[in-house]
Amino acid sequence: MPFGLLTDGHEGEEPWVTEVRAEMVANVWKVVAAEGNQVSDGDTLVILESMKMEIPVLAEVSGTLSKMHVAEGDVIQEGDLIAVIE
Amino acid sequence: MLESVLVANRGEIARRIMVTARRMGIRTVAVYSEADADLPFVREADEAVPIGPPPPARSYLDASAVLAAAQRTGASAVHPGYGFLSENPRFARSVMAAGLTWIGPPPGAIEQMGDKINARNLMAAAGVPVAAGTTEPVTDPEDAVAQAARIGYPVMVKAAAGGGGIGMSAAAGEAALRQAFETARTRAERFFGSPAILLERYIERARHVEVQIMGCADGRVVALGERDCSVQRRHQKVAEETPSPGVTPALRERMLAAAVRAGEAVGYRGAGTVECLVDPAAQDFVFLEMNTRLQVEHPVTELVTGIDLVEQQFLVAAGEAVGFDPLGVKHEGHALELRVYAEDPDRFLPRPGVITEWEEPAGPGVRVDAGYAAGNQVTPFYDPLLAKLCVHGADRGEALARARDAVAAFKIAGPRTNLPFHADLLASAEFVSGGYDTSLVSRLRP
Repeated sequence: MPFGLLTDGHEGEEPWVTEVRAEMVANVWKVVAAEGNQVSDGDTLVILESMKMEIPVLAEVSGTLSKMHVAEGDVIQEGDLIAVIE
Repeated sequence: MLESVLVANRGEIARRIMVTARRMGIRTVAVYSEADADLPFVREADEAVPIGPPPPARSYLDASAVLAAAQRTGASAVHPGYGFLSENPRFARSVMAAGLTWIGPPPGAIEQMGDKINARNLMAAAGVPVAAGTTEPVTDPEDAVAQAARIGYPVMVKAAAGGGGIGMSAAAGEAALRQAFETARTRAERFFGSPAILLERYIERARHVEVQIMGCADGRVVALGERDCSVQRRHQKVAEETPSPGVTPALRERMLAAAVRAGEAVGYRGAGTVECLVDPAAQDFVFLEMNTRLQVEHPVTELVTGIDLVEQQFLVAAGEAVGFDPLGVKHEGHALELRVYAEDPDRFLPRPGVITEWEEPAGPGVRVDAGYAAGNQVTPFYDPLLAKLCVHGADRGEALARARDAVAAFKIAGPRTNLPFHADLLASAEFVSGGYDTSLVSRLRP
């Protein structure tokens, strides 16, 4: 069962960017998408792991993954930036 | 009797084992990861040894680090608790090879029950009912489809070497089966190191009921009653009770007898649990799996029988007689356990964090087995269990009333917890009626 995490939509002037942030403290188990990838709404970007549960982080918009801020094995805090989609 | 014990676990269960050890005059040794240095089980142990960084693979699952700690502290026994190394026969063997007492069943029994396919076949041979299913490991999706057609849909797909509901799902048809098979196979490989899959006929509207057994040092196996564990989310237990409101005395008698046969079939010693699925309409049951260790929800059995199960584990491991009359076990009243998890009470997503307030309920019939206290940090590295809130009453009505009061009185601030879910559970007509099954939580939280 996929759980989409908090996606902060910051629609600026041009180009619009969407920041994907962590909804909870977690370990980064797998980075699925790479910088430069075209991603669609619903695609898995990374898979987090917290308290023995896998939590896929999904793109909630379509666009280009311009920045991946986490690497496998990282421990991230609530609110940390995971990725940016343009 | 044993002189000292190293508890190869953490949190509430490490603390709970040490309570009994201390009462029996057994010196306690804790091992802990860097993430757990401030937890009560570390502070309360007579001696505590750091064994590594937070990830379980580098600390609580590191058999050689645990063994080295046992040898360095001169511990005479190792209690594995549940999870981690508790059902690892190689670890059990290396504990024994080091000249230490293993507080658990013979490694051979762990091995025989650890492979779910082997366990099913073994149980069928011993006359314990099993659901229609596969008798050989399934590793190919086409084979899975063929087997499911033979068994009949819906089928349950699970890892043969698995546990804890990980990678498990039910499939109503071929498309769902292919997806469930793929998920189960990847998870099985990752979590259990084996991609072998087991298919079993899925019983809809079933109750999950398990029997506590105790294998005595003289070879006798005793059944200590059942626990109903049908309140589950993501195939993981959230609340348990005994006796089960869905089991008649006649069914109970058959289940307990079958559980004894299951234990005898593998020469079981110590505490173990035989998990079954009960079809309440048919008043029938099938064997699910056996957990060859102390179970999380063991306190409800302790509350109604007055038997300290950890004490019996120590006695049996030391080759002594159990501390109760195996022929005269009495069950008094009704007991419930509510698992207090660090998770949001609606979607059940993990919520680690720093505990700023921790106030446990107390009063007649209330027992709290807690792993944390105010000031502790709940980290994302381990399971979300903070505490087990257990209540005992003269009957189910009194136990429910005490549970409601205790849930309301339990104050935890910092991480979000599922206490509000428990309040809803105890207020739900379906749970209160006793006529619920494993799909209850999905109706309470659609």
